[in-house]
Amino acid sequence: MTRSGAAPAPEIAKAGPVLSVTGLEVSVNTEAGLHPLVTDLSFTLMRGETLAIAGESGSGKSITALAIMGLLPPPAVRLTAGTIRLGTRDLTRLGEAGMRAIRGDRIAMIFQEPMTSLNPVLTIGTQLIEAIRAHQPMSRARARARAVEALGAVRLSEPARRLGQYPHELSGGMRQRVMIAMALALRPEVLIADEPTTALDVTVQREVLDLLRDLQRDLGTAIILITHDMGVVAEMADRVIVMQSGRMVEEGPTPAIFAQPRAAYTRALLAAVPRMGAGAARAAVDLTRNRVLGRPDPARLHGDDAGPVARLEDVRVRFDLKGGVFGRVTHGVHAVAGVSLAIRRGETFALVGESGCGKSTIARAMVGLVPHQGLIEIAGQRLATNDAAALKALRRRVQIVFQDPMAALDPRMRVGEQIAEPMVIHGIGDGDARRARAADLMARVGLSADQAERYPHEFSGGQRQRICIARALALQPDLIIADESVSALDVSVQARVLDLLAVLKRDFGVAYLFISHDMAVVENIADRVAVMYLGQIVEAGSREQVFGDPRHPYTQRLIAAVPVPDPGHRRPPAPRLAGEVPSPVHPRGRGPARRVLHDIGHGHLVAEGD
Amino acid sequence: MSGTVLAPMSAAPRGASARLMRRPLALIGIALIALVVAGAVLAPWLAPYPPEAQHFDGLTIEGAPLPPGGAYPLGTDLLGRDLLSRILYGARTSLVIGVVANGMALTIGTLVGLVAGYFRGWIGAVLMRFTDLMMAFPALLLAITLAAIFTPSLWIVAMVIALVNWVQTARVIYTETTALAAREFIAAERALGAGTGRILWHHILPHLVPTIIVWGTLGISTTVLLEATLSYLGVGVQPPTPSWGNIIFENQTYFQSAPWLVFLPGAAILLLALAFNLVGDALRDVLDPTQRGQD
Repeated sequence: MTRSGAAPAPEIAKAGPVLSVTGLEVSVNTEAGLHPLVTDLSFTLMRGETLAIAGESGSGKSITALAIMGLLPPPAVRLTAGTIRLGTRDLTRLGEAGMRAIRGDRIAMIFQEPMTSLNPVLTIGTQLIEAIRAHQPMSRARARARAVEALGAVRLSEPARRLGQYPHELSGGMRQRVMIAMALALRPEVLIADEPTTALDVTVQREVLDLLRDLQRDLGTAIILITHDMGVVAEMADRVIVMQSGRMVEEGPTPAIFAQPRAAYTRALLAAVPRMGAGAARAAVDLTRNRVLGRPDPARLHGDDAGPVARLEDVRVRFDLKGGVFGRVTHGVHAVAGVSLAIRRGETFALVGESGCGKSTIARAMVGLVPHQGLIEIAGQRLATNDAAALKALRRRVQIVFQDPMAALDPRMRVGEQIAEPMVIHGIGDGDARRARAADLMARVGLSADQAERYPHEFSGGQRQRICIARALALQPDLIIADESVSALDVSVQARVLDLLAVLKRDFGVAYLFISHDMAVVENIADRVAVMYLGQIVEAGSREQVFGDPRHPYTQRLIAAVPVPDPGHRRPPAPRLAGEVPSPVHPRGRGPARRVLHDIGHGHLVAEGD
Repeated sequence: MSGTVLAPMSAAPRGASARLMRRPLALIGIALIALVVAGAVLAPWLAPYPPEAQHFDGLTIEGAPLPPGGAYPLGTDLLGRDLLSRILYGARTSLVIGVVANGMALTIGTLVGLVAGYFRGWIGAVLMRFTDLMMAFPALLLAITLAAIFTPSLWIVAMVIALVNWVQTARVIYTETTALAAREFIAAERALGAGTGRILWHHILPHLVPTIIVWGTLGISTTVLLEATLSYLGVGVQPPTPSWGNIIFENQTYFQSAPWLVFLPGAAILLLALAFNLVGDALRDVLDPTQRGQD
């Protein structure tokens, strides 16, 4: 960022409060009366500072943001007490027309999902120019110049050309930059960023956070950063407010909160955050504990059946794109372009990579949900999608747990029935035996048997994922594929589900293929790791090899991009990648260049080139 | 409602019928339906006169129908027949049409939409292009053709109406099924090894119940009126057998001078449709597990 002149002098930037909230209370009107969502929240935001509001889902952090913006969803949710002062004005008394003048102009907001906050049928330019002209009357040409300048400020390449593009033509990270450009084009005093990087890949998240920090330094904007990610908090915030079920449990400067958390909840929250580098220590503890408990040796458990539980050899998955007048196949999306790996019995094999790298496609191919080329072998049996009986038999050996448990459970079926269903499908036991086993499985994943009569919507996110795990275990598979299974969960819940997976692995001798974008989680639980990029593996090996000695530049970049939950370790801005993300789409008859993996010692495989 | 007959038992949350009974609007609906059914079944005993009997004193000197009151509680029609008796007997026809014909249409429509929506491919293409063809074809013309081929009787008329009326249901069910089939819990079921039949019956059909109920209740009045249209054109239920629809059509030219002849059977159709609507709405809520505890 090389904009000069626009930056106000630092002493002005740090002077006095810009926004103060006192005794804020927001309630939702239910049939049982008013139910508070946020109670007695007070804080002040200083000019030029970054205040993080951290908390898990349901803590009221997003509701607070909406209350400040005057965007609480009417008529059920409304502000029932307190004041919100911007300078000397009380925003709670302003009314809708007054708020409209404030919004965008003096307080701007960016949301989690940039695709939904941009209008898909209008060009970026139209939306940006309109947002500017709505608040500052100026000619279209001047607004356009301002828009180009704003897009340049968020480091979008070719800003003038971007104005003519539609939101779907941009990647997620680029869309979020457009949102930031829109928010900052009018130089607001306050920017509210509600989970601005949660939907983005780590390397992109890194760039967006760097960008926000630079812009704040140059423009002196005060930022309220709403996030569940303590790593992002440590990286960005000057002060932190920790919220739990609508109340502030702790407030203080970031270093103090991380060094000496006073509230028990803050301590629990920080303890649950997966940290890079903690994996090795944890494994050591695990080993001693297992020796005491007499962990069954996986090889012994399965007798002479010592081969890998799953073996993939040159697996390819291609989706055809049709085009032209006759709807012929013109291009192919090479989602998986030649992946070979073997998962041993009883181990946790992690597949990491960013969105679109093909990791979930591999998961779906391995349970026969998408057709593949090449060889997939589960427990020595070749998986063939055209043989229904063999496929059904194989499904007793491999099961999958999806990312979003609410989507993966039938909302109209009782959970007890859903857990018992695999046994019904495969004709195992009679009604009573199935019910008993379902109750047993529910107990194993930490649910009580009387909850079997309930429906999925009556459970929390973490409980729903436990139900999915219980369902996957019902057939006693050799391998469970966990496709981003903990990504949608709050950190504390995530930690408990990961513990559960570890216990089940020990008790049932099951192997996991753990698919994730979260390097810190993977580093904590995996025995072996493969890093995927654009449908191919670029590096594979044991956890110690990949995380302790990352050799491929992509692996190094991924690891470096993970936010560290320690304010003492603020990293310098990451070197940015030039140009666009390469695409897995190739014309028909052509495909991506195959990467060649070399063993650099003890099974540590690294691809050549970038 | 045929929608509930179609729905597998696993769709019904426990205690659904008890909770249905706690809803006052549903009770009103059930009472109205019971009233119509009782009227139809007990017509020979309830009706003051045979429905076809033409009464000499049922017309004024000028030959105009009598207004309600006196010996003919609801008045008489053009031919001096007692309107109350005709409405009571007509309930038999209209119930058969509204319930049986409508139920058949729903069943066909649901089956076609479900199969086409789940399998897509060439099966889906063939079924849906056929549905489009049926939609484009004038329904009345088709009904007349069909009714001309078969000798009109109540059951043939019901079948003809079903063959004309399934089309809209099929389209709607098709769209919903394609969306449902793409949901992740269906992928999860397939990964568990569930067969097609199981997925369709246990995991897709229960989600279609609300739509089926809505189309079923809408279909009541449409089918009853279609029967009336067919009767009017001479290919429906043959006179002098009364149906609510044909009472309206026979007498519509006298709407100015004898409005009760149109108004009263019209009110009967409205009442029946309303009753099924009330029950259908309540059923939809009661069968939805996410609505529990909100009665």
